[in-house]
Amino acid sequence: MGKRIGIENSIAAADAIKMANVDVVAAYPITPQTHIVEHLAELVADGELDAEFIPVESEHSAMSVCCGSVAVGARTFTCTSAQGLALMNEIVFITASMRLPVVMILANRSLSGPLSIWNDHTDVMSVRDCGWIQVFADNGQELFDHVFFAFRVGEDPNVSLPVMINIDGFIVTHMIEAVEYWDEEQVKKYLPDFKPVNVLHPDQPITMGAFGMPGIFSEAKKNQNEALLASKPHIMKAWEEMARLVGRKYEPVETYKLEGADTAFLTMGSFSETASIAIDKLREQGNPVGQIKLRLWRPFPFDEIREAVKGIKNLIVIDRAISYGGPGGPVASEIRAALYGEKGMPAIANFLCGFAGRDVTPDDFMKMYAKTGELLKGGRTIREEDYILYGVRE
Amino acid sequence: MESLNVYASRLVTKREYFAPGHRACQGCAEALAVRLVAKALGSNVIVGSATGCMEIVSSPFPFTNWNVPWIHVAFENAAAVITGAEAGTKALIRKGKLPDKGTIFLGMGGDGATSDIGLQALSGAFERGHKFIYVCYDNEAYMNTGVQRSSATPFGASTTTSPSGKAKAGQVTWKKNMAEIAVAHNIPYVATACSSYPFDLMRKVEKAAQANGPAYIHILSVCPTGWGLPSEKAIWIGRLAVETGVFPLYEFEKGRYKFTVDVPKLRPVEEYLKPQGRFRHLTPELIGEIQARVTKEYEKLQAKASML
Amino acid sequence: MPKAVPKSELDLGWKDIEPGCAVSQPGNAAQYRCGDWRSIRPVWDHTKCVKCGVCFIYCPDAAIHKNEEGYFEADLYYCKGCGICMQECITGCIKMVEETE
Repeated sequence: MGKRIGIENSIAAADAIKMANVDVVAAYPITPQTHIVEHLAELVADGELDAEFIPVESEHSAMSVCCGSVAVGARTFTCTSAQGLALMNEIVFITASMRLPVVMILANRSLSGPLSIWNDHTDVMSVRDCGWIQVFADNGQELFDHVFFAFRVGEDPNVSLPVMINIDGFIVTHMIEAVEYWDEEQVKKYLPDFKPVNVLHPDQPITMGAFGMPGIFSEAKKNQNEALLASKPHIMKAWEEMARLVGRKYEPVETYKLEGADTAFLTMGSFSETASIAIDKLREQGNPVGQIKLRLWRPFPFDEIREAVKGIKNLIVIDRAISYGGPGGPVASEIRAALYGEKGMPAIANFLCGFAGRDVTPDDFMKMYAKTGELLKGGRTIREEDYILYGVRE
Repeated sequence: MESLNVYASRLVTKREYFAPGHRACQGCAEALAVRLVAKALGSNVIVGSATGCMEIVSSPFPFTNWNVPWIHVAFENAAAVITGAEAGTKALIRKGKLPDKGTIFLGMGGDGATSDIGLQALSGAFERGHKFIYVCYDNEAYMNTGVQRSSATPFGASTTTSPSGKAKAGQVTWKKNMAEIAVAHNIPYVATACSSYPFDLMRKVEKAAQANGPAYIHILSVCPTGWGLPSEKAIWIGRLAVETGVFPLYEFEKGRYKFTVDVPKLRPVEEYLKPQGRFRHLTPELIGEIQARVTKEYEKLQAKASML
Repeated sequence: MPKAVPKSELDLGWKDIEPGCAVSQPGNAAQYRCGDWRSIRPVWDHTKCVKCGVCFIYCPDAAIHKNEEGYFEADLYYCKGCGICMQECITGCIKMVEETE
């Protein structure tokens, strides 16, 4: 049982990366990821972490350096947000297609424009298709735990995929919370050494990154997609083992007060904790409402979502991102697609809120609940293309 | 295992680390340069390549012409990828996870990948001081995509995006001096080379491998296809580039410039320009402009080389 | 992962692809007969050849090798007929002849 301390979550995350004995850290500063990388630099400077700290000249080079580093078999970490993610975009896709298990913490932040250093999910939603394993951590403890999860799952020779841990910028990165640290024994038990599937070394000359002719490209895509899908059982096993080790159980989809509910909020990231307070209040008032928290974003947990919404008549999906001119919120679009054709598919309302870290309070969630009720009044089904940008001043 | 020893004999090994059967054009002096660099370095090397001619002709999945470990990620990041490999290896060796075999890290890219889109990554890698060699194979345009101009395209050369026409006479800017940019980064070893001078090239590669930090070699890589020359003239024209002073062969180390191939009397640049299709449109005035500039640059270099 | 070198990428199904499209058979592109490209090929005149090896050095395709007597000859599997060897030969003993086959 590790010690439980009050600490800034970014610092805790860096400590976890240190405990994971990372070999290379390559990152470029961008708010609000900065404290994670700064503390890693401190740990290296103090000799507490034996790693190569590479202060690259751009995020594009950060991910590129990570590719080279993982390719020779070094445990590698990087960290970025919004514009940094956008800049490294092409390499993010390539890292996954080359099956290089880099671990990245993405401190979710608005994609410009206009420029915003504050939190929302527009950045992570721009890389839905990239091929990484993507999870959401809602608070400092979850972030700390998922550092070990990410290295273990990504580096697993049966998986060999990069892993992205999403945390809300400022809201999680800069908060001081109670985090229970793992002890060294637990880390040792949980996280084996990195033994790459393919490694660049003069003893076995291998070619990585050959180009794909049309005659083989589709096969390569299927090969990659199947690999991402096949990572699911290893993800589940990693969570199960973590539960046995530290007593905290994570799942692809987690539910809260769903028993007897006919309406449910679907949330991701730090929204989830805020929404749960609203749900408690609504339940006190006699409203049959519950919550579905989406933790595993890729590979998308189709089965778990379908199971969770059984019996739910109205689903209120909260998005912290927008798809201009598209079907509203990215999460709602994916949920609708996942549930399409399912018997008893719930009506889905979609609220987009919290852009650039704008506070979404329990009161706001209660207002969204009320608004959903209004939309349903008279038995009217919520139109599929309806989405509401909540809380925007006229 | 082939051991690389810079003080060993200068004989060329018969082993081909860049296997034949690659899809480079007939007479590709860039492929020759790659072949020679590979021979100079041996098997104890890890290569990181940018997208470009050499990457495409040597890695059509599921085939590879590389007999050494090789990685390609994208166009503008060869310097970042290879220094990532260098850093990863350094960490693993220091932490006792990997024995130290003195593996050489070689980044390679064409002129577009180096002086245009990849300049930032290269500059960053130089500044961070990684121990690696970067070789720029300069065929003076984006040849793989169809002969578009790059910042390494020489003044007056006709390319598909700087074509000579009724209103314009080819490339309007002068070739970006990548070797000087490398020198400005204060790295231990910088050199220019050409596959027409194979032993000079290989010696420079061996020296680069010994540098205690970043090393940069800029190789003029004649492209008969893109330059408009019969394929058999690829080596011959490279020699003329050196003999006319258009592409002097020199190295920079310990703060000093040194010519490695002496050209006692430079030939007129016209001898170099006339045989090439890409310069066919040049008027005597433009040739004069080029001659003046080449002379000026050569004299500048001579002045630097004579400074003690 | 295929044990034998495939003839082309079309021989591979999605399950045959190595993770990340890695190629673990070094130099397996050597099976590609780029010699099919040429329309002319070099021929050495052994009465003039001094076995200097310049042709061997300058061949971009590593398609020149020494035979048992020490004279150089083209590896017709790879020779693209570029003519560099002919151009660079010190004694001028190499001639390019039309491919008749």
